[in-house]
Amino acid sequence: MADTSTSDLHRNHPLENQLFATGNVLIKPGHALARISLRAAGDQIEEINQVLSLDLPDSPKTSVARDERTALWLGPDEWLILDNLSSDLHELPKNLAQMLCSAVDISHRNTSIIVSGKGAVGVLNTGCPQNLSMEAFPVGACSRTILGKSEIILLRIGTSTFHVECWRSFSDYVWKYLVDGAKTL
Amino acid sequence: MLLIHCPYCKEDRPELEFHGAGEAHIARPENIADISDAEFEKFFFIRENQKGLVFERWRHLNGCGRFFNAARHSVSDKFICTYKAGEAKPEITEEQLASVLPPARGDK
Repeated sequence: MADTSTSDLHRNHPLENQLFATGNVLIKPGHALARISLRAAGDQIEEINQVLSLDLPDSPKTSVARDERTALWLGPDEWLILDNLSSDLHELPKNLAQMLCSAVDISHRNTSIIVSGKGAVGVLNTGCPQNLSMEAFPVGACSRTILGKSEIILLRIGTSTFHVECWRSFSDYVWKYLVDGAKTL
Repeated sequence: MLLIHCPYCKEDRPELEFHGAGEAHIARPENIADISDAEFEKFFFIRENQKGLVFERWRHLNGCGRFFNAARHSVSDKFICTYKAGEAKPEITEEQLASVLPPARGDK
């Protein structure tokens, strides 16, 4: 993450001031987050867990949250780490520099959208083909998948609340897709 | 829509998350600079393209991102099984093949 503390530059959120609500769904941009894309082999995990002070999830479609830090399983050797901006997560690539792994800061590559309300599953399923019932996708479940033509990462943070992570440049498409979906329900 | 079993995610996932990647079990020659043009052509371009049982590479592109292999029927498009990349070709039994055959002509 770039050091903006000494700069007067203001970074615009790609979905600034956007909000959409109907009777049963609320779609709003997520807070700014620190994000790390982590790739590592099995024998490195224990050491990385210590640096992260969190146990990386090792089974498909699961996430582990501790305080404000969340680690999402994306693949057998791939994780997405999310944390609030004030954390020391941006130090992680430096702290892992001696190890054979890849930790890339993607805080500004991604942005997030929060979809909540009892119509949330219906709205997401207008473009996402996954089974989002509570049995198949319980609270804490996460997965990389698609919404329409855009890749998203979906994390269920509540019974009817989803965190949708997408690339910043695709956020306009994803936002409009979700809003369109909400209008048609 | 097909449901495809990803051997890494260990569950059936919708077809839209996947991407086909051609014939499986084609080993790149270790001495690629020394082989003749005809041998290179065979490795690079020539494919079996069989009607019936085929072994294919697939990638769970919008999911775990991993490549894996699948045994499939090329006429009915149905999957028999999927297995992790690097594993040997599984034995396909007559019953397994019969279960994915396309309907015979004239059948409704």
